Amino acid sequence: MTTGEHTPGLMSGLLGTARRDLLLVWKRPGDVLNPLFFFAMVGTLFPLAIGPSVEQLEFAGPGVVWVAALLAMLLSLNSLFVGDFEDGSLEQLLLSPQPLVLLALGKTIAHWLTSGLPLVIMSPILAITFRMPADTILILMATLALGTISLSLLGSVGAALTVGLHRGTALLSLLTLPLSMPVLIFGARTVSLAAVGDVYSMGIFALAAYAVGALSLAPFATAAALRISNE
Amino acid sequence: MWTWFHKLASPPHFYNLSRLLIPWLAVPGYLLIAYGAYAGLFLAPPDYQQGDAFRIIYVHVPSAYLSMMAYMIMAVAGGIGLIWRMKLAHAVAASAAPIGASFTFLALATGSIWGRPMWGTWWEWGDPRLMSELILLFLYFGYMALRGAIDDTAKADKASAVLALVGAVNVPIIHFSVEWWSSLHQGPTLVREGGPAMDPGMLYPLLAMIFGFTLVFGAMLLRRIRTEVLHRERRTRWVKELVLAPGGSI
Repeated sequence: MTTGEHTPGLMSGLLGTARRDLLLVWKRPGDVLNPLFFFAMVGTLFPLAIGPSVEQLEFAGPGVVWVAALLAMLLSLNSLFVGDFEDGSLEQLLLSPQPLVLLALGKTIAHWLTSGLPLVIMSPILAITFRMPADTILILMATLALGTISLSLLGSVGAALTVGLHRGTALLSLLTLPLSMPVLIFGARTVSLAAVGDVYSMGIFALAAYAVGALSLAPFATAAALRISNE
Repeated sequence: MWTWFHKLASPPHFYNLSRLLIPWLAVPGYLLIAYGAYAGLFLAPPDYQQGDAFRIIYVHVPSAYLSMMAYMIMAVAGGIGLIWRMKLAHAVAASAAPIGASFTFLALATGSIWGRPMWGTWWEWGDPRLMSELILLFLYFGYMALRGAIDDTAKADKASAVLALVGAVNVPIIHFSVEWWSSLHQGPTLVREGGPAMDPGMLYPLLAMIFGFTLVFGAMLLRRIRTEVLHRERRTRWVKELVLAPGGSI
């Protein structure tokens, strides 16, 4: 490579991958809507299963919204790398001179923007039906925003490990669910504590710490996993 | 300086060395377990609160400790295999998983049996340690499922090593989150400042059981690795020679 040649910076690879994925979703919005419908449906399952008692639903609300969000995130993770794997663009990412860590992070950011963020925005609708008060809903949205970042990052590792496998879908849930349990615990418990007026800041800090840790470590695992899956 | 390390990593050398090593682990291990089981079940005084029910700790505590230890061995071996491309390390990780999962199950089962007279229920969702063990069992299931889903051994080794490492980073976080989530279990009595708060008659059998379980675990692990190595190297010359040798047994 000659010195005069223009080399794209590191950020351009990250942003380029993210922009491409966002554009793909924009052209085919069904992929984003399906997990959101799923979120609403899982939220409906619980009142049907628990019964219509208002006190019980109010009590279960934070947990229900969080479990529904976790499952919806899992559902959306299936398509994170599969499309690129099938049409061969994943190989192009691997061959790119850009560091794969940043490209994987770009894809994960796009995934969060198209699946985590919509869940955060949708969550008040589900929360209101469980009679959650307005200030608790704000806490719920904060925990979901931090928690779904971690779930996107953790899930990207699982999705990268299972891409190209025949029974990848079921396996992805089996790998990702136990790893995401701390996020669920911190998220749902924080909202429950806030709902009864208890001290909840600890849970928010833990979620934030988890998100920062995942942000700095998970992309490396995802990149390694992508290379292994495409050998 | 590192020659012994490289030598150990060579499958035929390991295969021969481990055969000599296994009895040195298994015999003292089973003797310690025999002493610990007898002393724990018959000689140790009953607990002033729990009566005879406490005696299940002689199986529960060593299993719980080995369930974590096996996961760490699995993750470290996987990491070594990834970084130094050492084939034997992957065989270690593959062999540690089912043993670790079994000890995790044993810890859960004994914990649950202990809970029946103590808490009046087979399963106490509020107990953080049972919860951590349960999530650990799920981590083992995920690891073994991933291994089973990939046909190519080399690929399965590397993919499961990444998963084990991610899991190992998460294990302390899971433990911490579950502790925060609830605290109902009795506090630690074995490792704490000012020595263990346990009668020596109860403590020594427990220590014997812990060491005995560890030694037997080592022997079991070596046996599994030997089989794993033999299976992985089945197309090599040394295995063929081993099988075809006059009077040769594996």
